Amino acid sequence: MNIHYAIKRSAGIIGICATLASAAALAQQKVEITNVWARATAPAQKVGAVYMDLKSPAAARLVSASSPAAAKTELHNMKLENNIMKMYPVEAIELPAGQSVKLAPGGFHVMLVDLKRDLVQGDTVPLTLTFEGNDKKRETVEVNAPVRALDGSTGMQHMH
Amino acid sequence: MKFDLKILRTLIAVVVVTLAATACDQPVGGKKFDAADITGAEFGKDFHLTDQNGKPRSLADFKGKVVAVFFGYTFCPDVCPTTLAELSGALKQLDGDAARVQVLFITVDPERDTQAVLARYVSFFNPDFLGLYGSAEQTKETAKEYNVFYEKEPGNTPGSYSVSHSAGTYLYDPAGRLRLFVMYGEGGKVFVHDIKLLLSE
Repeated sequence: MNIHYAIKRSAGIIGICATLASAAALAQQKVEITNVWARATAPAQKVGAVYMDLKSPAAARLVSASSPAAAKTELHNMKLENNIMKMYPVEAIELPAGQSVKLAPGGFHVMLVDLKRDLVQGDTVPLTLTFEGNDKKRETVEVNAPVRALDGSTGMQHMH
Repeated sequence: MKFDLKILRTLIAVVVVTLAATACDQPVGGKKFDAADITGAEFGKDFHLTDQNGKPRSLADFKGKVVAVFFGYTFCPDVCPTTLAELSGALKQLDGDAARVQVLFITVDPERDTQAVLARYVSFFNPDFLGLYGSAEQTKETAKEYNVFYEKEPGNTPGSYSVSHSAGTYLYDPAGRLRLFVMYGEGGKVFVHDIKLLLSE
């Protein structure tokens, strides 16, 4: 076999493998984001909360969020201990590989600070999430959070 | 023998505690509340604060009604609006009796929760709900009277602090006696059930 041809062919195979590998790596970085929702707010309530379920195939962290609905968007956690509710900002939310992490009432949430408008059931809040992998590579994802009524209903009419 | 005495003492202690616990569960006058029965509590006797319309208010103003007192603040994305929404929902299930219930929201954050803020916030849940506020000192005294803990938790900016706070609702009967404590998370059904019982007294 011609040596040039062999080199070309090997390079081609290596090239394909490299592409496949990086494609796999990219695919591996995709965080599953499901069940995104925001809670409606009362007038004069300057803060809102967005919740969601996250699952990353490889270890990653949610490092920041932003939204046009608020002046500032932060990541927060809450703890109920001895009947005292405590809330505080966190630098990031850890996503261990393959583990489902819930941002839910009473725990982690994306906090919308200084809302530009009241959140009303039926609204949609656009949100940009930034994830960081262990390789420090960052990935931004845009999601939409439908707003649910304060009593938890999803828009169905209830007659009492 | 030393060994037997220890076991005997432990057994007696267990029996006494169990009897005491079950005694506490005994219905009062045939009624059984879902929430913690704190009848006879020596705290939460009164408050002297201002409502969202600028009117001075104390507990006596609401005699004849079941009064629900909840401490919170408006810069609160979860606990406070959901509790007020729950109370609002509970009142809807009382139909005509809702007029005999007064919900009071006492702010632990008078710095940001001004009279105007409270007016807009509280009336959203129900036009009859009242938001109450005081000076920093009055807030401190009132919280102390109710055994309510609250503390500023720094946020990322000076204006975005949160306030850790006791999260439960106190219920008074129409005679103005403190009767029940509904823990946060117990749900609207507990409010409906227990408020109905208090109204029937």
